[in-house]
Amino acid sequence: MAKPIQNSKFKIQNSPIAHEDSGSILSPLKSLQFFARRPVTVPLEPRPAAANYRGFHLNDHEKCIGCSSCQKVCDNAAITMVKVPHLPEDPVNGVRNLRPAIDYGRCCWCALCVDICPTSAISLSREYVHTCTQEEIDSYFILPDEKGIHGKYYGLGWQKSADSDLLDLERQQMEELGPDARIDNFDEIVHGYSEQQAVIEASRCVQCGMCNDACPTHMDAPEYIRAIWQGKPEEAVRWIYKTNPFSHVCGRVCTHRCEDACSIGRRGEPVAIRWLKRYAMDAVDHDRIKQIAAEEKADYLSGKRIAIIGAGPAGLTAAYDLVRKGHQVTVFEAREAAGGMPRYGIPSYRLPYDMLDRDIDVIASLGVKIQTNTRIGVDISMQQLRTDYDAVVLAIGLHLGRSTRIPGSDHKQVVKAVDLLRMITNDEKFKLPKKAVVIGGGNVAMDIARSLARLQKRSQDQVGVTVTALEDKAHFLADPVEVKECLEEGIEIFDARGPQGCIVERGRLKGLKTWKVRSIFDEQGRFAPAYDENDEQIHEGDMVIEAIGQMSDVSLLGESLSEELEWNRGRLKVDENGHTSVDWLWAAGDCVNGPDVVHAVADGHRVAASIEAWLGKKA
Amino acid sequence: MRPENYEAQRQPPSNEFELNFGPNHPGIEGNYALKVKLHGDVVLEAQADGGYLHRGFEKLMEQRLWIQNIALVPRICVPDPSPMELCYSMAVEQLCGLHVPQRANWIRVMQLELSRIAAHLFTFGGHAATTGMYSTMYWGVADRDLVLDLFEEFTGGRVYSIYNIPGGVRRELPSGFLQRVSETLDYIESRLPDYDNLFFKNQVFVKRAKDVGVMTQEQALAWGVTGPNLRATGLAFDVRRDDPYLIYDQLEFEIPTEESGDAWARTLVRRHELMESIRIVRQVVEALPDIHGPIRAPIPNPLAWNVPAGETYTRVESSKGELCYYVVSDGGPKPYRVHVRGPSSMHAVQVLEKLSVGSRIEDIAQTMFSLDACPPEVDR
Repeated sequence: MAKPIQNSKFKIQNSPIAHEDSGSILSPLKSLQFFARRPVTVPLEPRPAAANYRGFHLNDHEKCIGCSSCQKVCDNAAITMVKVPHLPEDPVNGVRNLRPAIDYGRCCWCALCVDICPTSAISLSREYVHTCTQEEIDSYFILPDEKGIHGKYYGLGWQKSADSDLLDLERQQMEELGPDARIDNFDEIVHGYSEQQAVIEASRCVQCGMCNDACPTHMDAPEYIRAIWQGKPEEAVRWIYKTNPFSHVCGRVCTHRCEDACSIGRRGEPVAIRWLKRYAMDAVDHDRIKQIAAEEKADYLSGKRIAIIGAGPAGLTAAYDLVRKGHQVTVFEAREAAGGMPRYGIPSYRLPYDMLDRDIDVIASLGVKIQTNTRIGVDISMQQLRTDYDAVVLAIGLHLGRSTRIPGSDHKQVVKAVDLLRMITNDEKFKLPKKAVVIGGGNVAMDIARSLARLQKRSQDQVGVTVTALEDKAHFLADPVEVKECLEEGIEIFDARGPQGCIVERGRLKGLKTWKVRSIFDEQGRFAPAYDENDEQIHEGDMVIEAIGQMSDVSLLGESLSEELEWNRGRLKVDENGHTSVDWLWAAGDCVNGPDVVHAVADGHRVAASIEAWLGKKA
Repeated sequence: MRPENYEAQRQPPSNEFELNFGPNHPGIEGNYALKVKLHGDVVLEAQADGGYLHRGFEKLMEQRLWIQNIALVPRICVPDPSPMELCYSMAVEQLCGLHVPQRANWIRVMQLELSRIAAHLFTFGGHAATTGMYSTMYWGVADRDLVLDLFEEFTGGRVYSIYNIPGGVRRELPSGFLQRVSETLDYIESRLPDYDNLFFKNQVFVKRAKDVGVMTQEQALAWGVTGPNLRATGLAFDVRRDDPYLIYDQLEFEIPTEESGDAWARTLVRRHELMESIRIVRQVVEALPDIHGPIRAPIPNPLAWNVPAGETYTRVESSKGELCYYVVSDGGPKPYRVHVRGPSSMHAVQVLEKLSVGSRIEDIAQTMFSLDACPPEVDR
């Protein structure tokens, strides 16, 4: 025990009053001196409340995103989120037009709403007077804005401060392979969360559901995050499988729109929703996942047969939904293995293929028949499918690379990124360049650049890859993490460079000529890059890789069906449910909607629901 | 319809009658009542009749997240809400193993003692009003308001400060605040002779309070009496000194006692205690500028906060007596059970019932105000 302060200066002289004293009738008369003194009780002059006062609410409607954290923390249920129609509603960017309305009959001015607000939009004012007559009793239910509840600003009172934040704005750090450890191999870079890390990370979530709104397939992220926090990964997997049968894949390579919309991300680092999904999937035994996925499967057979062309995320998601409804589903895959673009377009350091195999195995275990090495249009005709099946889904992805068509691009050392990525996945032999030049600034460009760098490092012990992108660094299409890791791995990136021609000397490819990009789009917003011809660079290389986009190979449709179908600028025309103009044919995934796995999964669900409805009507 | 099947109704003597004393009565603190049986003006029997607040705080706490209860607990004692916040926060901190920063502990002591000063001033005012001395009542309220101005400034709320949070306190002190605390303390100290003249040495008060509601030390201990009411029977027991919490073991203060155990002694103990509280706050005001660091330990997201399973018992010395929280967690996001051992639940029920018997009806108010009971603590 610490020693008490021995300091008599704090001693107070108490006038002794003894029990024996009977008191004096004259004693109160001493108060007559107050005739000459300032009275103690005087009417108070109105004054502004203290700077820290907890008065009526203020809410900056521009800053507020309608996440409803204030409503959740309110201990008197005084806050109701109400729709304010004139405010923007933008779920993809994590903005709702809901704003807190406060019932001042319930509010206790504890200001927990202020201390928890993820955006710091809400604060309390120094305003404290509000009265009304009986008839106006509803005036105690108020939607505060930045002016306060009476439209007159009384000044800011209790507001968010650095020492009062109730939210954890920093995410759990993910352990990863460093640049030196990863550059010469295709080992997965990200290690995944431990149980403790996952629980702490999950505890950061305020359950606002912005992620759910922003996710193309509307995954129940708040629910599975809550389950992880409660230490119930099986429960999390159950929530995950309601909307996404590709969660080993999405837990690794999803473009995580959810995290872009996360309300914690307004002032801090968003909750690592993608890594949490991965944690839940990795934490549960594979056989148990199969059981969970089968829980909602129909215990009857509908007798309907559905053919799906393409065993990628869109096709297999549609198959997953339809087989759970009791339909008989066959998936035809032209290649030797199912998986589609995730297998043939994403390098294994981002997505180990055995994880993809697990997702596919769960779907197959439900009774989906996957027929690989079967190319529709060659092995089986579309007409045959039309005869044998009730409905057909086209989910063929984008496996044809686009060409820049610049001079020299027809050289055999000028290749498409998708072709090269497929060869790397299949372990096919090709002549590894000493110096490669990649055209493109998207994720595919980064994928091929990093894959080549690994192969070069492994066999040549040095990295020689240059990436040239049309966009400047501020507008790069690739994920910033990809760009950062590219640079760490020794890849050179030149931004705002437009390819002008491949330099070929005596039949040998020497490199790529680029001009500085002045602008990419014209005034009407059309793609029309303008260059500065004086700023020319030659990027040396013995291989040029075009990674500027892909298209679908629709040759399988055949001439008569192609003519029967309606097209929209070279793309199959579909309605909002993926239904084509031909009543038995649907299209889903990258071949009609881009551009990533989670959109393909969403498309698969949409098409499956449309087929289900159509089959019901037809029957 | 046979007569032997009926018990004859006992007719009270014609000079005995029952009276509902409260719940709206100037001689009752808060919403509270006594059913008294009188023989003339003399109380034959008194039965406490609480429950008018319809609150059920303990049950409400089980329905709320750990963090949400910080806004609920101050309401258990309106005149002295700060110990409620602190005692609850201390319990959660113990269950979670949170280490509270030193600066927060010093600020908490200042808050508690300012709250005690405000509570005692309020009680003097209320007590004086029962003897018809309305000037003292106005003074008590007006001087308490000056302390509430301080609360408004540093906690954001005049009455319910809701300033403590598990882990520390919610906000740093405003600049120049300690200077204003000193000025207010100097003023209140300078007012004490006025209170002495008008109230404590006033024959009206002395005659009304002396030898009223007398309890011996043995009775007090047997009935679970704590705080100033116990110290008025001559036992210098104070949780701040005998089971120190926060940084009370580093402070210099005395434990005032009186011997007579009557209404007069209980009120006088409070009067002396108020001065000791001023002395404590002055020590804090002097020490605080040299105590740096954070004011709160990091806590988890309040919406996803599972307090580890376990149970704990915390106690502090409130202005009414020993205030204790027994908190049980089953490892979930809300308390499994909270029991509030408020001092007033003893003082306003068993003690008041017993001390009223034999006294005159006009002395009930003297007894209740000198016990300084707070009815919401009974209705917890």
